[in-house]
Amino acid sequence: MDNTDIQVDVIIPTQTKYLDLIGSIGERIGKEIDNYTGDKKALAYQLNLVLTEATTNAIKHSAGGRSPVKGEDKVRITINIQDDILEIKVYDHGQGFDLENVPIPDFDHPQEGGMGIYFIRTLMDSVSYKRLDEVNVLEIRKKLR
Amino acid sequence: MNLTQHEINGYCIVQINEERVDAHNSGELKERILDLIEQGNLNIIVQLDQVKFVDSSGLGALLAGYKQASAKAGKLALANMQQQVLSMFELTRLNRVFEIYNDVDEVFAGES
Repeated sequence: MDNTDIQVDVIIPTQTKYLDLIGSIGERIGKEIDNYTGDKKALAYQLNLVLTEATTNAIKHSAGGRSPVKGEDKVRITINIQDDILEIKVYDHGQGFDLENVPIPDFDHPQEGGMGIYFIRTLMDSVSYKRLDEVNVLEIRKKLR
Repeated sequence: MNLTQHEINGYCIVQINEERVDAHNSGELKERILDLIEQGNLNIIVQLDQVKFVDSSGLGALLAGYKQASAKAGKLALANMQQQVLSMFELTRLNRVFEIYNDVDEVFAGES
C-alpha cells in the first residue's frame, strides 16, 4: 500500500441517523486527499453527497419490510483510494433494483424522488449494481485528477 | 428538525436551524412545511443560511412544499443559500423552478 492510499471499511445499522457519519467521512477524505489538484471543497461535498445517497439507497432496499435475519440490519460501506482511483462499494441485503432502468429526472416536470442515482451518475465516472451470493453491491468509481 | 418561524409583511419566514438536511430529517421538514401551508400560510420563504449540506431527499421536501403552495395560489421561495447548496439546485435545474433570493429584504424590494 502506497503512503497516500486510503482504505476505509465501515458497518452501520440500517438507520438514517448514521447518514451524517458516513457523509462526514467522505467529506473529510475529500478535503485531505494529497494529490488532488481540483477544487477540494467541491470534491468534499460530492463525496459527502454520493456516500449519503448510496447509503440511503441501501437502507431503503434492506430487508424489504421483512424482519431482518442476521446481517441484514447492517450496511457495509468501503472506500478505497489507490493510484488516484476512488472506489466506493455499498452492500445491501435487500431485493435489489435495476440500476439501468432508473430514469434520469424530467427537469421540465420535476418530481420529489429519483434524484439520488442521478447525483451519483453525474458526479462520479461510473456506477454499477450487482448481485453477489447473498448481497447486492453498488460500486462507484471516480478518477481523482 | 429544528425550524423556527416568524412573519414579515404577510410572509411566513421559515428558518432551518440545521447544518445538514438528508433522508434522516427531510421527511419532517416536508411535513412541517405542508402543515404550515395547511394552516393557511400560503407565502413562505425558507431561509437556508445555516444549511451546509442538502441531499436529494432535502430537495424533494422543498419541492413538495413549492408544489403545494403553488397549487393553492401561494408561493414558496428560498433565501440565503450557501454556494454549495445552490449548486445542488443548479445540477437538478431546480434553480429554474424556485425563486431564489440573496436574502429576505430582496424579496420585499422586488414587491415595492
